[in-house]
Amino acid sequence: MRDKAVVLVKEAVSELNEELDYDSLRDVNDQTPLFGGESGIDSLSLVMLVTTLESAIFDELGCTVSLADEKAMSMRNSPYRSVGALAEFIAEKLGEV
Amino acid sequence: MPEVMIITGTRKGIGRYLAEYYTGKGYSVVGCSRSEMDKEIAGYEHHCLDVADEQAVQQMVNEVRKKYGRIDVLLNNAGIASMNHILLTPLATVRKIFETNVFGTFLFAREVAKVMCRQKYGRIVNFATVAAPLKLEGEAAYAASKAAVDNFTKVMAKEVASFNITVNALGPTPVATDLIKGVSDDKMDDLIRTQAIKRLGTFKDIVNVTDFFISKDSDFITGQTLFLGGIS
Repeated sequence: MRDKAVVLVKEAVSELNEELDYDSLRDVNDQTPLFGGESGIDSLSLVMLVTTLESAIFDELGCTVSLADEKAMSMRNSPYRSVGALAEFIAEKLGEV
Repeated sequence: MPEVMIITGTRKGIGRYLAEYYTGKGYSVVGCSRSEMDKEIAGYEHHCLDVADEQAVQQMVNEVRKKYGRIDVLLNNAGIASMNHILLTPLATVRKIFETNVFGTFLFAREVAKVMCRQKYGRIVNFATVAAPLKLEGEAAYAASKAAVDNFTKVMAKEVASFNITVNALGPTPVATDLIKGVSDDKMDDLIRTQAIKRLGTFKDIVNVTDFFISKDSDFITGQTLFLGGIS
């Protein structure tokens, strides 16, 4: 499930970057920083990324998930910090569904 | 391509009228209520759910987005009222009122705005009430819940403005629906006397305002609550 989550996150980041056009988001890997990192994604871009991912998860896997749940908001190490961390968080969420 | 609209609380009253009116105007209308519609409306799709059920709301909004490809308008109409003296009001009643009026409005607004922000367009209309500005006795829980909707509307309007989404609210006077059927004629007359224009509201009064709020030309109108009947 983690591999699938990584693919979904990478696709969502690419879609977002069509608008943002950040150099740091052109060639993404697990370590690519997202929110709060060097990539400089602001909170509105994070909103777009989260909503894009929630839609993609529903469309491709048929699951309804909230990626902005209480756990995500309170985690010391934010799941939004990097592509890998976000994929990990999604895989965990999908395991709960 | 017809515009796509979600209306909550469509089984009866104002919601039912809105569903009939906007399907008649060519919108693809998807609505919801706790139970099935008594009579079908041509061109209208119904979902049975509790507006305070997060999972069910997310599921419905996702299904609408997937089927129609976009959501242009949300009319957050579902609401319940209860008249009672505060000292005789059970907590369970207050909880139910807040679940439908506040949490339901919040959930639909949040989920639909997620779709709207990606398409960079949307019109959200929430439903307030004159009971809030009038501080009506016997309606503490209802008025408080709708005051929350009023403020929620204003804050959300700021947060989603950059996505070209407007969020406004309409505060109807009493309209002859089930919501006011338990209110005595004396009480209703007293209430209507407080309005600048002294009559019951009509369904037409309501769509006059929703038409204005959801018009493409209203892209500079957001965070407003418009009360009918001359209440402010």
